[in-house]
Amino acid sequence: MRLVLKKNKHILQKIEEISGENVFACYQCGMCTAGCPMVSEMDVLPNQVIRLLQLGAMEEVINTRTVWLCASCYTCGARCPKGVNLSRLMEAIRLMILREQNQDYVKIEKIVKESLPQIALISALRKFTS
Amino acid sequence: MREDRSQKTENLIYFPGCTLKTTAKPLEDSALKVAEALGMEIKEMPQWYCCGTVYSLAQDDLIKQLASIRNLILVQTLGHNEIMTLCSMCYNTLAQSNLLVRKDEKKLEKINQFISEQPDYKREIEVKHFLTLLKKVGTEKIKEVVKNGLSGLRIACYYGCLLLRPKEVGIDNYEQPTILEELMESLGATPVYFPYQTECCGSYHTAIKPEIVARRVYHILENARENRAELVVTSCPLCYFNLKDRQKNIKKIYPDFKKIPVRYFTEIMSQALGV
Repeated sequence: MRLVLKKNKHILQKIEEISGENVFACYQCGMCTAGCPMVSEMDVLPNQVIRLLQLGAMEEVINTRTVWLCASCYTCGARCPKGVNLSRLMEAIRLMILREQNQDYVKIEKIVKESLPQIALISALRKFTS
Repeated sequence: MREDRSQKTENLIYFPGCTLKTTAKPLEDSALKVAEALGMEIKEMPQWYCCGTVYSLAQDDLIKQLASIRNLILVQTLGHNEIMTLCSMCYNTLAQSNLLVRKDEKKLEKINQFISEQPDYKREIEVKHFLTLLKKVGTEKIKEVVKNGLSGLRIACYYGCLLLRPKEVGIDNYEQPTILEELMESLGATPVYFPYQTECCGSYHTAIKPEIVARRVYHILENARENRAELVVTSCPLCYFNLKDRQKNIKKIYPDFKKIPVRYFTEIMSQALGV
């Protein structure tokens, strides 16, 4: 992957503020990626998301599928030797995109047409819409 | 001390949450029957709100914590200090919101000011999952009331995420939990080795991209099968849906996949207890 880095400290500050996490605590051991159950669906690996944040490569972060695939299962955070809660960072990135763009990631009509448990619908709408 | 604890469980306030009244009705029905058979007195909250199903991880948005805290205030008003949940998602959301306001006085103050129509939340409510309460009852007592022992039925106990993580609210060890295994063993079943028991099933992606969930669940169920499980039990209504109903989607991706039955742990309990 070739990156064009446009450092954006303002967005990084916002993400740290929403998540309450310090991205610079990460030393890239890769434990989060090793245990992530969604990793085979992702375009950018979980540890790479943090690396991009550290580099201030916000455009790259914002355009990944990865942040939308994270389902907040908390496996990464439970295993992180540095205590970084990556689920919170993923949520902060999603929220920042939803808030800034004021546009939902998933439109209601994209929801599968079959009967689902309410908890599936509500949690999907909570995570994918602003 | 021990007697004291078991006395508290005699009159429990139960928070059902939305799904327990619809697709997860079998979970509620069987759990309440099991509780009755074990002499636990359980009363549903006369009024409750949806907890929001997923805990908001944003530090700057307290509005998503309101539903959980409102429910905890209702329990407080009823004069209780414990709330029992059956749904893993409700458990996790209520427990994490509770933890947030316990740790952060300023946030609690803001929330209390906002919820002006209800009394202030005093942070005294404990959020409990039914499994924790069953553990307190003890396997000895459960063994006594078993009528139809499960005679070595090989069960894979699936926990998913939200009963165990984040570890601050987990009901058991977040990597190698045993609470469901011990319970199933007390019913006469044989829990199998099942390393995928804490692997996420894909959760709410089931509403948008079922194939993502199907691929996750395929690995989980194949792992159960490799360890010769005849049945998978779970406690979460969303995991249940994903593990059970997404098997038809798995079949489309992996035609060789063989279906495996999935039940709520309480259904298996009620069967063993003959209630």
